[in-house]
Amino acid sequence: MDHFPLNWGRPRNDAIDSYATFPIQQRPTHVPKDVFAAGIQHTQQPIVTGTSVLAIKFKDGVMMAADNLASYGSLARFRDIQRLVPVGEHTVLGAGGDMSDFQYIQGILDDLMIDEFAAGDGNTLGPAEVHNYLSELMYARRSKMNPLWNSLLVGGFKDGKRFLAYVDLLGTTYSASTLATGYGAHIAQPLLRSAVEGKEDTLTEDEARKIIEQSMTVLFYRDARSLDKYQIATVTAKGVHISDSRKLETSWSFAEGIRGYGAQTQ
Amino acid sequence: MASVFSPPGFDFSNTLRNNFFAEKGVPLPKATSTGTTIVGCLFADGIVLGADTRATEGPIVADKNCEKIHYITDNIRCCGAGTAADTEFTTALISSNMELHSLSTGRKPRVVTAMTMLKQMLFRYQGHIGAALVLGGVDATGPHLFTIHPHGSTDKLPYVTMGSGSLAAMAVFESSWKPNMSREDALELVKTAIKAGIFNDLGSGSNVDACVITASHTEMLRNIEMPNERVQKERQYGFRRGTTAWKSEEIRSLVVSEEVTILGAGDAMDTT
Repeated sequence: MDHFPLNWGRPRNDAIDSYATFPIQQRPTHVPKDVFAAGIQHTQQPIVTGTSVLAIKFKDGVMMAADNLASYGSLARFRDIQRLVPVGEHTVLGAGGDMSDFQYIQGILDDLMIDEFAAGDGNTLGPAEVHNYLSELMYARRSKMNPLWNSLLVGGFKDGKRFLAYVDLLGTTYSASTLATGYGAHIAQPLLRSAVEGKEDTLTEDEARKIIEQSMTVLFYRDARSLDKYQIATVTAKGVHISDSRKLETSWSFAEGIRGYGAQTQ
Repeated sequence: MASVFSPPGFDFSNTLRNNFFAEKGVPLPKATSTGTTIVGCLFADGIVLGADTRATEGPIVADKNCEKIHYITDNIRCCGAGTAADTEFTTALISSNMELHSLSTGRKPRVVTAMTMLKQMLFRYQGHIGAALVLGGVDATGPHLFTIHPHGSTDKLPYVTMGSGSLAAMAVFESSWKPNMSREDALELVKTAIKAGIFNDLGSGSNVDACVITASHTEMLRNIEMPNERVQKERQYGFRRGTTAWKSEEIRSLVVSEEVTILGAGDAMDTT
């Protein structure tokens, strides 16, 4: 029996609180709380994802590469996605992580460039400005616990100066002469660093392309969420050039003479 | 009186107590882990094994120059990554058993024997022994290179890497390994791979160890490369004149007057 007249006729849950020990406002009711009632939209996990992006500085500018795959977990779902996009005439943006958030970022940057053009004051947004804008955007979203789940590389060439920087879902920014996101940071960075560090001002475009191709090959061998189809973006004084999709040359015959995984001989 | 019998296998009777401690804020002590880069590579005449020399205890370097290439038999060596105690004791145990086995069969020991002993033991302990090994050697049937994971699975490959620096080292192998390399090329490749691990992975560091195993003999190259030598200690920390800026200088003699009186001048010892 409920001894408290103030409870009679009110919402009750006898299983949890038979004798109304909770104050009125905290009384548990039998209406189950719906987690999605408020239409909560915070990003909890990335769904359709892109893998690593690599970038290096060379003599005349910046070179960036990313493959054409957007994975759906372990499914290679979309195999012709372009993960490198130009932003204006001086910058290229490469993204790994959630592809829907990347498309949203592209929309925001389009609006930004349009506003800048409409202002008509003779200035254009260069790579440093784009990177700064993105870093503030990413950090603001992270602080609202609703991140844009991406790791972005911003590369560009403006007023004779090369620019290369990284920004991610936490708002972390970093700049170096070689950068890689995702798996590339573990696998490709050692190769990029030993090939480029100290030689940024003497590396030609062909040498840079060879280094990038080698790193993309190693990544295809060792990253289980990668594809052998990729694009290279080059930003120089001449502007942004994003190549067509090219295929990697791979060799899988290294262990043809081996049988089994242990003592087997046949 | 308490029983002195200890049954074989691991004793889990302290788990309840450990959980209680962990909840109270006293975590389990961290086992020394070798957080490592170890590699093995097949070349024309045999096997080259390589390892870095840093042993870590969480974020601290416990040993700056430990040896991770363990002796199994004269013609077989094993690099160990993971928990240092596990790799040391496991390889020592299998080394003893290999010697006994070799005496019992009257034959030179084979790499597959060591591999089978190691994998059967690690599988029996279901991954609780944290030893990730690169086993290589040359025996009567030829050169062999295996990796053995803590749960007991093995792989047979021409080039392998293990440890926290394995991705950096594997990147070097994947870009530069060729079949039938010469000894110099293989050794150079192994050194480059270990250095990639040393400089790009925080769990690896200090020096490069290598071991070249061929049909005729085994050469242990301890500290073959030392890219992280400490600079000589200065032991002199004076500051040069002018380090501290000054505006005016006044030199005063603190001696107002000085008078020298020789005492006991005639007390010199007579040495005639």
